[in-house]
Amino acid sequence: MTEFTPIGSTAGGMLIGLSAVLLMLFMGRIAGISGILSRLLPPAAPDWGWRAAFIAGMAAAPLLAWAVTGAPPVQAVSGDFVLMAVAGLLVGFGSVFGNGCTSGHGVCGLSRLSARALTATLVFMATAIVTVFVARHVIGG
Amino acid sequence: MGKVIGFVTGLVFGLGLVVSGMANPAKVLNFLDLFGTWDPSLAFVMGGAVLVTFVGYRLTWTRKIPLLGGVFELPRRRDLDLRLITGAAAFGIGWGLGGFCPGPAVTSVLLAAPGTLVFVPAMLLGMWGARQLPANALAAREPAPERA
Repeated sequence: MTEFTPIGSTAGGMLIGLSAVLLMLFMGRIAGISGILSRLLPPAAPDWGWRAAFIAGMAAAPLLAWAVTGAPPVQAVSGDFVLMAVAGLLVGFGSVFGNGCTSGHGVCGLSRLSARALTATLVFMATAIVTVFVARHVIGG
Repeated sequence: MGKVIGFVTGLVFGLGLVVSGMANPAKVLNFLDLFGTWDPSLAFVMGGAVLVTFVGYRLTWTRKIPLLGGVFELPRRRDLDLRLITGAAAFGIGWGLGGFCPGPAVTSVLLAAPGTLVFVPAMLLGMWGARQLPANALAAREPAPERA
């Protein structure tokens, strides 16, 4: 079980939105994490500087939260290495092949009222829900 | 200046993931577990994010160009093709297995949970692999130019 946190989750979501808006306002770019990250891989995009800085900022965030609150962010990550390796491969491949992930399609794309983004979001939500159902209630049940 | 904006926006994005609980895979998996220990919190993350982005984008686009120059680079494709569908489907399966999508995974790297340190290199390998495929693999037609 995890606690239902409507206020914290809405506030956090609004920070994500603020980041997406600022990136568009200053740089004219979509805040799609799979795109920002994957174009750092060789051959890196010519504009790799802001991309690397964005990724560094993301990685620094939990440390800042830790310093401010005095406690590390609560996290429960599976220690099943085979599962996490397969999950990582699918997430990395799928997000680049399908041109976006939760941020690019789910947040920025829906905000642009893009039919492609809506389709991708419905598809990945559906396969994720089915995957969790099978893992927890069919195999694990 | 681009690097400063990149760092600050990345930091704000990461803080959003931490504050919202989305950086915690257990919370993500419970959101996806509609028929079990369902935690609807992440719907509020999406709601808050889309609300701010929807309004903020429209205010931003009243400008002709971004504050640091250049152009607003927006995807221009409208076609729904097999590439989009299969990519999203594979991504969703991986998301449902590990509870990580790219943003939370990157944000979690320095917290250094063993599972994260396996997930992230595998994700980068998957991304690299997808970039090795021809740009038009499973696409309906040649991709349109991305510049707006």
